[in-house]
Amino acid sequence: MTLADISSNLLYVAFIAYLVATFVFGGAVKGNKKGTYRSEQRWGKVAITITVIGFVSQVGYFITRWVVTGHAPISNMFEFTTAFGMTLVGGFIILYALYRTAVLGMIVLPIALLIIAYASMFPSEVSPLIPALQTNWLAIHVITVVVAEGILAISAAAGLIYLLKVVDQKKKSKQRFWLEAIMYSLVLVLGFVVTSTFFTLTNYEADFAYVNKDGQPSEITYNMPAIFGMNEFEPMTDGALTPLLEMPPIVHAGKLTTVLWSLMVGTVLYALIRLVFRKRISAMLQPFTKNVNLQLMDEINYRSIIIGFPIFSLGALIFAMIWAQIAWSRFWGWDPKEVWALVTFLFYAAYLHLRLGRGWAGEKSAWLAVIGFVIIMFNLVAVNLIIAGLHSYA
Amino acid sequence: MSTEKKSNKKKNRTIMRSVILLLLVAAIGYTIYNSVTADEVEVLKVGDAAPDFTLTDLDGETHKLSDYEGQGVFLNFWGTWCEPCIKEMPAMAKQYEVYGDQGVQVLAVNIAQSNFEVETFARQYGLNFPIVIDRDKSVMTAYNIRPLPTTMLVNPQGEIQRIVTGEMTEQDIAGFMEEIKPE
Amino acid sequence: MDKLICKCGHENPPGTILCESCGRPLNEQEQNKKLADMRYEGTARRSQTYNKSIIDKIWNFFSSVKVGVGIIIVLLIAAAVGTILPQKQYVPATTDAEIKAYYTDIYGSVGTVYHALGFHDLYNSFWFIILVGMLAISLIIASLDRFVPLYKSLKNQRVLRHSSFMHKQRIVAEGPGSADTLKKAEEKLTGLKYKVSTDKNGLLAEKGRFSRWGPYVNHIGLIIFLFGVMLRMMPGFYVDETLWIREGETRAIPDAPGYVLESKGFTLETYTGEGEEEKFGEAIDRVGTVAKNYQTDVVLYKIPEGTLPGDTADMEVVEEHAIRVNQPFKFDGYALYQMDFQQDELKTMSFALQNKETGESRGDLTIDLVNPETNYELEDGSVVELLGYYPDFSGFENGEPQTATPLPKNPGFLVKMTTPDTPDGETSFITIQNTVEPLGDNDYKLAFQGVETRDASGLTVRKDRTLPILGLGGLIFMIGVAQGMYFNHRRFWIQQQADGSILLAGHTNKNWFGLKKDLDQVTEHASLPAYRDQQEDMEAQEKREGEQLT
Repeated sequence: MTLADISSNLLYVAFIAYLVATFVFGGAVKGNKKGTYRSEQRWGKVAITITVIGFVSQVGYFITRWVVTGHAPISNMFEFTTAFGMTLVGGFIILYALYRTAVLGMIVLPIALLIIAYASMFPSEVSPLIPALQTNWLAIHVITVVVAEGILAISAAAGLIYLLKVVDQKKKSKQRFWLEAIMYSLVLVLGFVVTSTFFTLTNYEADFAYVNKDGQPSEITYNMPAIFGMNEFEPMTDGALTPLLEMPPIVHAGKLTTVLWSLMVGTVLYALIRLVFRKRISAMLQPFTKNVNLQLMDEINYRSIIIGFPIFSLGALIFAMIWAQIAWSRFWGWDPKEVWALVTFLFYAAYLHLRLGRGWAGEKSAWLAVIGFVIIMFNLVAVNLIIAGLHSYA
Repeated sequence: MSTEKKSNKKKNRTIMRSVILLLLVAAIGYTIYNSVTADEVEVLKVGDAAPDFTLTDLDGETHKLSDYEGQGVFLNFWGTWCEPCIKEMPAMAKQYEVYGDQGVQVLAVNIAQSNFEVETFARQYGLNFPIVIDRDKSVMTAYNIRPLPTTMLVNPQGEIQRIVTGEMTEQDIAGFMEEIKPE
Repeated sequence: MDKLICKCGHENPPGTILCESCGRPLNEQEQNKKLADMRYEGTARRSQTYNKSIIDKIWNFFSSVKVGVGIIIVLLIAAAVGTILPQKQYVPATTDAEIKAYYTDIYGSVGTVYHALGFHDLYNSFWFIILVGMLAISLIIASLDRFVPLYKSLKNQRVLRHSSFMHKQRIVAEGPGSADTLKKAEEKLTGLKYKVSTDKNGLLAEKGRFSRWGPYVNHIGLIIFLFGVMLRMMPGFYVDETLWIREGETRAIPDAPGYVLESKGFTLETYTGEGEEEKFGEAIDRVGTVAKNYQTDVVLYKIPEGTLPGDTADMEVVEEHAIRVNQPFKFDGYALYQMDFQQDELKTMSFALQNKETGESRGDLTIDLVNPETNYELEDGSVVELLGYYPDFSGFENGEPQTATPLPKNPGFLVKMTTPDTPDGETSFITIQNTVEPLGDNDYKLAFQGVETRDASGLTVRKDRTLPILGLGGLIFMIGVAQGMYFNHRRFWIQQQADGSILLAGHTNKNWFGLKKDLDQVTEHASLPAYRDQQEDMEAQEKREGEQLT
């Protein structure tokens, strides 16, 4: 077994450990019916041990991959997103050590699982660094950012738990709708993972020739049956599904197809869940939050942001500017990724001012923390894949 | 507290706040002004002293701008690929015959082309004024020349009298030479 | 507005919530609250106290957190809107008309509207700059308004507070004590690195007060940063030039007077996927080629002081350097960056002078496209004379060949070929695509033999005098946020009342968990009465009430 194989196996181990720990944490929370916390502590201990094993294994993956590639493994979508999952779990372990909150694990670990699963939909082979990335600033900037985002994501998880507990599932309200919308979007990510995995396993490939937005002939490979066709497409693979709709040149029909497939499969999954359990997902999760200490969740929410915000400022703005000055000759160029880092920074600055200056704690804070996570995910997913810029390496 | 003291305090406060606000608004105003005019920034303006330089012409003779002090200098930046440059050259030559004796010196600065191209061109159009070649574009840089042709009219005092970008008619040229002609 | 006189006799500025001296609540609203509003120690924000003239009103507007957050949110949304379509600097068009057309052509009506609204250059628009400016004003005024009273209040803290103040703190303990309780508590608190001051029957223990200045320090950092950004927009503080230089060329560096650069060569390396790089094979196969290095080898010259532009005779070598991506070449406050390149521009062209019929060659000639010669002497007294050279031939105008640029992209040559067979000479116009024989059929032709090429490097010339200011701003900002967020201000007030019982209150600006951990240790050591967290109590009660309702 080569080091590269060891590395990817360690990642599998971590994935499975997180998966198992999720259920043990769930059991720990559910088992605590009387609210005595004794069984919760006992099972919590088992669950956190499994989580730590998974985390250590993922750190092992990270280090071995660093050794194999010769550079910090954070240089493309697969590597960065995987590392994001790792820092998320790392942040959770630290907070668990402080507060012993099993319910946090029950929410954070599945999110980390989704993130890592999402990451592995991207090409994962070791890739060389282009000249712009050949510097120590790659490691300094990106690792700081990924650590900060992991910590900030914890605040969203705490916020989510807070909302699951306080939002009334029996009464129709905006809160209930949006909370369920968050659950639905998490299922959509699962939909993407399921679809991608299915078509990858079945080796689906269809090639098309098309004319790109600059009027040049190009070729594209679809890994899912084409629903949307690229501008002036010509099928090159026999027997492939002919696209149902042709798109104008600025729309990347290939990506749109992936989005629609994920949307369809995710929605079917969601509908199945609703049919089988006859309940909203948030209503299904609510009983788990019965013994949650709201005060504590609010504090975790706030503290994670207080810890994460300075690190984020340092990594995503200051280190980013230093590197941009060295690599691109200007510290700031209003590149979409830069702008969205600024948007994230401004958003958390607004959160802090609202909390400190206007007393927005509790539920309002919880909503803001969740929105913060949505912005981070937007910067990670949409800005990389949809809005082209200097940062689109993946 | 007496009312007088109170109103004094209030006055001071208003003055203090007005000054701070005014300074901040002025700073923003100035920043906007700078951002709006950012594209038009020119290193050289009319009235500035024309930067001195020394370049060699096709005959190997050195031309130093300051040597022409007391004369008007018609400084034309050009290249053979620039159509309007080519068009105005013969007119310049014609007017040089008139104004050359009246103390106006034409210097045509070619932008970093080869001797062959410049010589062929000069011969073809029968140009009678000195043509110098700015091989490393240092004079072009010093004068911050962007579009071609650009003509710098330098008066006998060595100041820039006028900056002309774009093609000139023969009439324009005559007028400009008149402008920089020594008294 | 009048001063507020507290029951304890202290005169407080108008707008004060908690008496500066004893801590009694001063207004009804505050009196009815279960927990005291400790945000600014209950002091009056300076602006709130006066609201008379228009200046005061503007001042108060910018002093408000609500307005500050409003500006942040608007700025955030504006910034995001600017990413919907690419900004004009990332669009492959230069003139205003081209840019406008580009948005319409590529993005249709959405692009037209986007451009019409000025969103294609959103971050340089006057309203965006005004927004940033308003944020700066808000930062300055809001900080001034809060810092001064907070500073005064924390500096003049009294040890003994009124029991109503104590009871309205989140952490409260009340119960019997013994003669040495205060002493023991002081002992332990000192051991926990608290600064303890005592007065009569009470003590005040305080730790980490400096963290309260964090927000103001980071705001100062931001203001310095924004000041640097403002300076940067002024002429002279910032140089941004592009220098295209071809292999072998020597060029004056724009906006860097006295410096001249020579390009020795441009190198583009790609990953081979062999040897050391074998592990990357799969990735390289997937994407085609991956660049490994862009590099321009240059020589920097300096023209001695006092030498005029154009006079390069005395220039001296300063340094030979390899400019690579991520490794700019820095000298004298300037930096040169490897930003772009253009490969395989023509440098020389070689021809053979051939007899059309026999194919017999009279010899080869090589024309230097950068600096051509007039005569090329070949075998047997044959001569090729260059009559005209058009580096980027673009057609004829009035019978004259034209060149579109000075670069040899599509060279055209007007030549006269003289051989012993054709002593009068034959004229021919040669371009890459074809040959024109304007004066009738020739016996000889110049047969194309080959080319040599060279690369061009696109370098950025940069000088940014504001970088130290921006760096300082960033540093102070980071110190400020770390100070404010990684430390917290904890206080305990303990009083032994006349009957010997103990009244304790605790406050922290954040991390109540940490405060309680400290208090647990003190409680144990000094046998203090058990404390309550009033906020948790309140919530527990609300919950009970809620459950009773359902």
